[in-house]
Amino acid sequence: MTQPASTAPLPTSPSSSESGARTPAWRVEISRRERFGDPVGLRAGEDLRELGIVTARVRSVRGILLSPGYGAETVQEIARSHLADPVVDVVRITPPAPARGPAEPAEDRERAPHRIHVLRRPGVSDPVARTIEGLLEHTQLLPAEGSKNLVATYRSFEIDTETSSAELARAAAKAFANPTIEILRMDDDPLPYGIELPSSRRGRVEVALCRAGAGELEALSLEGGLALDLTEMEAIQDHFVALQREPTACELETIAQTWSEHCKHKTLTGICEFHPPDGGAPERIDNLLKETIVRATRELDRDFCVSVFVDNAGIIAFDRGFDLCIKVETHNHPSALDPYGGAGTGIGGVIRDILGAGRGSFPIANTDCFFVGPQDLPPERIPKGALHPRRILRGVVAGVRDYGNRMGIPTVNGGVWFDERYTANPLVFCGTLGLLPHEFANKEVRPGDLIVTVGGRTGRDGIHGATFSSIELSEDSDELSSSAVQIGDPIAEKRVLDGLMIARDRGLYRGITDCGAGGFSSAVGEMGEACGAEVDLERAPLKYAGLASHEVWISEAQERMVLGVPPEKLDELIEVFAEEDVEASVIGRFTDTGKLVLHDDGELVGELDMHFLHQGAPRPLQHASWTPPEEDDPGCPPCTDHGAMLDALLRAPNVRSKEWIIRQYDHEVQGRSVIKPLVGLRGDGPGDAACLKPLDESQKGAVIACGANPLYGESDPEAMTLAAIDEALRNAVCVGADPDHACLLDNFSWGDCSDPNEMGALVLTAKACYRGAMAYRTPFVSGKDSLNNTYRVGDEIHSIPKTLLITALAVAPDVERCLTMDLKATGNLIYLVGETAADLGGSHYLLERKLRGGRVPRPDLERAPGLLRALARAIAERTVASAHDLSEGGLAVAAAEMCLAGDRGLALDLAQVPVAGGQGAPPAGAEACDPDALRLYSESCTRFLVEVPPADREAFETALRGFPYARLGRVRREPRLQVRGVSGTTLFESDVAELRRAFTSSPQALPHSPPV
Amino acid sequence: MRSATATDVRALVLRSAGTNCDGETVAALRNVGADCRLAHLNAIERDPSRLADTDILVLAGGFSYGDDIAAGRVFAREIAHRLGDPLRAHIERGGLLLGICNGFQILLELGLLQDPGFTPSERGIALTANASGRFECRWVTLRLHECAAEWVHSQELLDTPVAHAEGRFVARDLDVVQELIDRRQVAFTYADPNAPSISTGPSHQEALSYPLNPNGSVANIAGITDPSGRIVGLMPHPERNRTPWNHPHWTRPDLDRRHRGEGLGLFRRMVAFVERERISRPS
Repeated sequence: MTQPASTAPLPTSPSSSESGARTPAWRVEISRRERFGDPVGLRAGEDLRELGIVTARVRSVRGILLSPGYGAETVQEIARSHLADPVVDVVRITPPAPARGPAEPAEDRERAPHRIHVLRRPGVSDPVARTIEGLLEHTQLLPAEGSKNLVATYRSFEIDTETSSAELARAAAKAFANPTIEILRMDDDPLPYGIELPSSRRGRVEVALCRAGAGELEALSLEGGLALDLTEMEAIQDHFVALQREPTACELETIAQTWSEHCKHKTLTGICEFHPPDGGAPERIDNLLKETIVRATRELDRDFCVSVFVDNAGIIAFDRGFDLCIKVETHNHPSALDPYGGAGTGIGGVIRDILGAGRGSFPIANTDCFFVGPQDLPPERIPKGALHPRRILRGVVAGVRDYGNRMGIPTVNGGVWFDERYTANPLVFCGTLGLLPHEFANKEVRPGDLIVTVGGRTGRDGIHGATFSSIELSEDSDELSSSAVQIGDPIAEKRVLDGLMIARDRGLYRGITDCGAGGFSSAVGEMGEACGAEVDLERAPLKYAGLASHEVWISEAQERMVLGVPPEKLDELIEVFAEEDVEASVIGRFTDTGKLVLHDDGELVGELDMHFLHQGAPRPLQHASWTPPEEDDPGCPPCTDHGAMLDALLRAPNVRSKEWIIRQYDHEVQGRSVIKPLVGLRGDGPGDAACLKPLDESQKGAVIACGANPLYGESDPEAMTLAAIDEALRNAVCVGADPDHACLLDNFSWGDCSDPNEMGALVLTAKACYRGAMAYRTPFVSGKDSLNNTYRVGDEIHSIPKTLLITALAVAPDVERCLTMDLKATGNLIYLVGETAADLGGSHYLLERKLRGGRVPRPDLERAPGLLRALARAIAERTVASAHDLSEGGLAVAAAEMCLAGDRGLALDLAQVPVAGGQGAPPAGAEACDPDALRLYSESCTRFLVEVPPADREAFETALRGFPYARLGRVRREPRLQVRGVSGTTLFESDVAELRRAFTSSPQALPHSPPV
Repeated sequence: MRSATATDVRALVLRSAGTNCDGETVAALRNVGADCRLAHLNAIERDPSRLADTDILVLAGGFSYGDDIAAGRVFAREIAHRLGDPLRAHIERGGLLLGICNGFQILLELGLLQDPGFTPSERGIALTANASGRFECRWVTLRLHECAAEWVHSQELLDTPVAHAEGRFVARDLDVVQELIDRRQVAFTYADPNAPSISTGPSHQEALSYPLNPNGSVANIAGITDPSGRIVGLMPHPERNRTPWNHPHWTRPDLDRRHRGEGLGLFRRMVAFVERERISRPS
């Protein structure tokens, strides 16, 4: 699709209606009776108001286009029995008009409201329309013979406003439509219906490569969207020169997909020359990933690791013959263009990773982490071509919600981080946890097995997703890359899941992988890497005709899996999937030739050597160095009003409640939840981690937690990494996980790695992953990196903060001993476990004071792993009533959160806080230091607030022996947080109701927030 | 999970594309001793006799057909066109029919919760978009009323999650609501756990505020029965309060242990009701 973005001025009716072009289909338009309210219309009105358009009223309408082959009575019957609700809805039906003919009488523009129609661009999937077509077929309400049962859906808004048509059109384009996938029509404009897509030529297409010069090779890569650099293009050229023939389009595309950063991780697995910050001799690193992250896992050699870094997901042993598998993916660039579709297909894709893990796993939980721009960013600070951060966050939340909820997978853990540098390049991390019987942990591909695709059909959606995600976004990305956007259909994927579990248990296939980036080319290429494969492209079922051979081959159309099926099992497999209304089609077979052979209608369109495809890519040499920014250490500047500071911290976007997001996710479906994302008496406490009970027959729990703090990476990527590992693990321990049955996942989102400093930070981060994994004895089992997260406007390059998300998956030995962070009982003792130091670099206290610099928190690797285990032991021995980790906002925020979640008060004495170097010792390097602020707001790692019943005091202290801890006070019945400073006087006292008000102050809070 | 003594009560959970609460619903029925099977719409259409010996037919929660057009609409039309006869036979035989969440929406779309014999387009009640305009997942407290479905009632309030976007119970007018009350069709209402003093009968006078009434339902209605008491639908998910670790307050020492997993009580009473009826009315 290369239509211009619809930000172009729209025709301003009624003049356009005189053109004579009318909508050639029945229009059924449904709106809600006034007395039942119209939340969608209200929301639309608010969106317009944000853009300065004053409206008297906005009414939302759902539109359906039906074949002109229907008679009026049938359309009324369809509308009445299938489309509209007799109680809630009102219907308007407009008959089709001939393409050219007398214009319908234009409505009186003086009185009638404006109408804005939002339609999908031709070729963009429309799952609701497909559902309606199916329903019409099943209920035999079909149009007259000779006309197609073709349905399209759209949204409309009827808007009462004094604003001019032109201005309204401009605002509507911003507020309602995403130009990448949608077009706008106004008032009486005809609506497009049944538009044929441009057709491409099928068959063998050769690309003139062998005689191309350097400039031509680069141009070929750029124009073809191949994202290959000159060295790589030359390697391909050499290969085909040696073969004495030109490559075909299919071959070139296959190589581009397979060698893409997205699929190959060529930066992390390449060769790197690292100049250490201390000026020592440069170090040559051959495959950074292998030398750090993978190496830690190998050296640790933990017995619970079942399958690591080889399959679609990491697999660890669980209990009773079951394993757990987990994967976290990034879907950044598609989410920047289309937040809803991008995030939806992001979660859909990682769910498929789990479906394809081992011989097929059942997804039991999702996680999602977003890094976006500030929600109140003034429009003039939005880079050209980027969407407003509010729209991005709303879109990605809705995308994850609609996909995860419809699949019936609970979304149980996640986080949102805000920073202006994510405005144009938001980060979307989606993760899925799966459960699989251990007997299915391995898969294989045998020559002679059939290559079977199951699930959705192939269309022109998602062409070049893998290569697109490997290049930088630019201000016209949305026009160039619209075909990289895919629309998800979660029910199609749910049907695949249902059929897959049955086929797996019956042993109907041996090999499986998901169709993700690169489509068939990557899926078949990977599965057949060791043996070879032959594919007949004409056998792939298509959504519509007109795709070129290479388009079929690399399309990233969603909801498809590829299976390796023994021929004798084929019939039964097809039958199983047919029962679920899922197509299963043979598209080829695995061979023993070591070649990837592609035919289309009998014509040879590609023949590649598997070895060249997978091993032939030149390995780039990266230069890496690291110079930390030079900044003064502001120490811990004095705070004169701690009550106000705590209030401000609780309102900080990174800290305040995410309830408005969390409650839109179903976190209860499947009935496995033990510790929920929101906890406490009123369900408003931010839980540290989620815990599920995967099996009825086992008391063990699966705990998912995460850690990230991009603010720390600015000055010290190594400290950021260790702090993120520490945070993920301490979150897990807080709910009752065993740190000795825990593993980690790394997800990098980095800027431009051709910049040595950026690459240097990546090297330091990867090395710190190794050190952290070794120190905590927690192996990495899976990971994913997304590089080149930069955004160019004109000559300016915007780079995102170096972002590392660490996800921890851990096992809780007994769910009955799991914990929540809400205060439980008056009179219980409150301990601070862990040592506080002047670690204010990147802290929210300094952020609030608009200060930079300072020492970034870094866990003490000698002590932290032991401390985590000691606390886990104390929890396992049931001496702990609640535990909460200290992170953003330090002790002050953690204490406030425990109070509001438990609806109890706390009395704390800061003089008791264990401080590094002993009480009264000024922290090294800090100029100014307010001892109270230091204790309240420092973000030192490996610290917890722990509630202990008086009767368990001795046992608790015994468990913690040898580690720093101190009793700070008691739980009070009166709901007030009272803090005494180091000098012995009361520093501040806050009502818990006030703390709750601050914490729940999000402007996007749920519409009628509970009265507090 | 403890399993109750097995009974010979036979339950069948019907699923289709997008049904996604089938696992926990089957587990809940088995936990209380029912012989519970799971079957796809296509399988029942091919072999309708599989419905013939079923005592309890359950439509589980989910997003059948993506909730496209309206929640439950497409599955309801598919059932009406493809399983119409066996379903009618099940109802005429006196079999029970339970719809949870999406299943409740399907029952309403099928028109099975009002007078028998009327067409779906004459329906006077509906489940529509939440007052908040969005999907919401949270725990609520339910009152279980004395109603035409006698197995529903309990003295105890019941805590369960709700998780839906279209669960707001609405009626054409208040007369329709009064008629439901008069015919003892109101089975479940959202309740305030801290105000046990309010009258126990359903009424459209006492509207609870959000989030006690999570979606703006008229008369706080969370679920109803048909006039005969054989067909029951509700939006909340009792099958998600199935284990002692599901309740959001189970980690608190102040939670009465009786509330842990108490969603099973509802299924237990339903199965016991079928057994009792068998004894009094041997077939």
